[in-house]
Amino acid sequence: MAGAAPDGAGASRSEIYRGNGFRLMLPVWAFIGIFLLLPVVLMGVYSFLTKEFRGGVTWDFTLAAYDQFFFDRGLFGDEPPKIEWTYIGIFWRSIWQAGLATLMCLLIGFPTAWFIATRAPRARSAWLFLVTIPYWVNLLIRTVSMKFLIRDNGPLNEFLLWTGAISEPLSLVNTNFAVQLGLFYSYLPFMVLPIYAAVERYDFALSEAAADLYAGAWTTLRLVILPVVKPGIVAGSILVFVPSLGAFLAPDLLGGAKTFMIGSLIEEQFKGSAGNWPFGAAASMILLTIVMGVLLIYARNQTKGGR
Amino acid sequence: MAAKTDLRRFTGFLPVTILCLVVLYAPLIVVAVYSFNASTSITVWGGWSLDWYRDVFTGPEAPKFRQAAINSLVIAVSAGAAATIIATAAAVAMNRTGAFRGKTAGFALINLPLMVPEVVTAVASLVFFTAIGFTTGLATILIAHITFCIPFAYLPISARMQSVSDSYEQAAMDLYATPWQAFRLILLPLMAPGILSGFLLAFIISLDDFLITNFVKGAGVETLPTAIFGSVKQGIKPNIMAISTLMLGVSVVLVSLSWLIGRVGQSQQKQT
Repeated sequence: MAGAAPDGAGASRSEIYRGNGFRLMLPVWAFIGIFLLLPVVLMGVYSFLTKEFRGGVTWDFTLAAYDQFFFDRGLFGDEPPKIEWTYIGIFWRSIWQAGLATLMCLLIGFPTAWFIATRAPRARSAWLFLVTIPYWVNLLIRTVSMKFLIRDNGPLNEFLLWTGAISEPLSLVNTNFAVQLGLFYSYLPFMVLPIYAAVERYDFALSEAAADLYAGAWTTLRLVILPVVKPGIVAGSILVFVPSLGAFLAPDLLGGAKTFMIGSLIEEQFKGSAGNWPFGAAASMILLTIVMGVLLIYARNQTKGGR
Repeated sequence: MAAKTDLRRFTGFLPVTILCLVVLYAPLIVVAVYSFNASTSITVWGGWSLDWYRDVFTGPEAPKFRQAAINSLVIAVSAGAAATIIATAAAVAMNRTGAFRGKTAGFALINLPLMVPEVVTAVASLVFFTAIGFTTGLATILIAHITFCIPFAYLPISARMQSVSDSYEQAAMDLYATPWQAFRLILLPLMAPGILSGFLLAFIISLDDFLITNFVKGAGVETLPTAIFGSVKQGIKPNIMAISTLMLGVSVVLVSLSWLIGRVGQSQQKQT
């Protein structure tokens, strides 16, 4: 998703320490291989095991977790299976929320990235720095701060009441909008940075050519600029959408029971009293499959489109 | 010459940029201001005071937060350092050893923590540590943090290494330096800005983590984010705002530092 290709350009093709490559990669295998790849595989196995009460599993193979996710067999499990909409609904809402948050990031992030990329070269890095600073502040603290600002008797409502824009406090916390705002706040720089990089490479001769042919500014934006910087927009959208989908803090703190998302559903299976590890593992596997699917489609389009 | 319209300008883009900055900064500024509130209520403004900062350091919850802060710092420094060493080795392998077996797989592995959703990493880690009978606690937090910090340390280190030509190391080896000497005496000093920003990035990422830590921390062990989360669940209290403002200050200082180091690195590069 991020990072340079293994065979980047120029000096990176050096072979000066030839023969040591495998050894130097061993620590990476030791950590990411053993403590991430292997655990993810094990989690996949757990999703097919039987749940034990109060957390944990017993090693009996079953499809019960996936069955519980997709089908409703009544209270005693003896009725004919109907499709269970609860969990599919939670996933669907998460996709929807993450999508709207991505759209919000795009609508605000594109003009911002464009504005920054068209400043004088020296000013650009200062502007970029300004946009990225909040990202480096602890995510929990940012989310709590957002909740503090938009709560019913919080500073935002006081300010709006004082200006006379509203006559009653807006109740924003525990709404879908609050969750989207929280996700927007969490991941905005991921949208701005790739679009900025694309706009910076944009050749303004194209805009001149469009203007010579009597295209207005907005026509040029729609027909010339957007298609050219599209790779940046797509990359930014994926970088925002993917972490939003499995986000936990923003939905948990800014949303209520009505805005329950995948992250909270999974967390509950491992923390709450209703713990069900195989079911949590199954939900995680389904989330992982969706995310890997999105990334795979993106990667395939990247190589197909060429550069 | 007729008045030329600026093709780079779109009406409305400046206001959107300003709106963007307001949305980004308003919550942080508001919390920072309210952390100096003299009133015990978070809603009413009672004038300026440092009461809540005093409460953070000497109040009834002070020992809890002090221990959490120490845990967070110890983990962030150790995980950041370990991830930086591992990422530097990986960057040398990827950029300076030519082709070798498992290179593509290794590169995918480095980026794996960025692709797996955080909540999935958290669940997988918990399941794994439980399955192998590892007691959850500081050690499990540290292992998990090293793992997900590696790609963040790798990005600036690898980028920097790509921009440093290997001719200096080649010259050193022509003068009978061993590969290890060439690496330690030539490449490492040239890489210093990249390694430092890699470490800072990993450090901040470790300090930032809530979700994975919350799954693998075990009973009774807290880091700052998990302690704050536990407290916020019962409502936002003024002492939380004081802690938040302190952490905000630390983040801003560290990021500014890393930015300045990056700038120094860039200007050095232009000279060479």
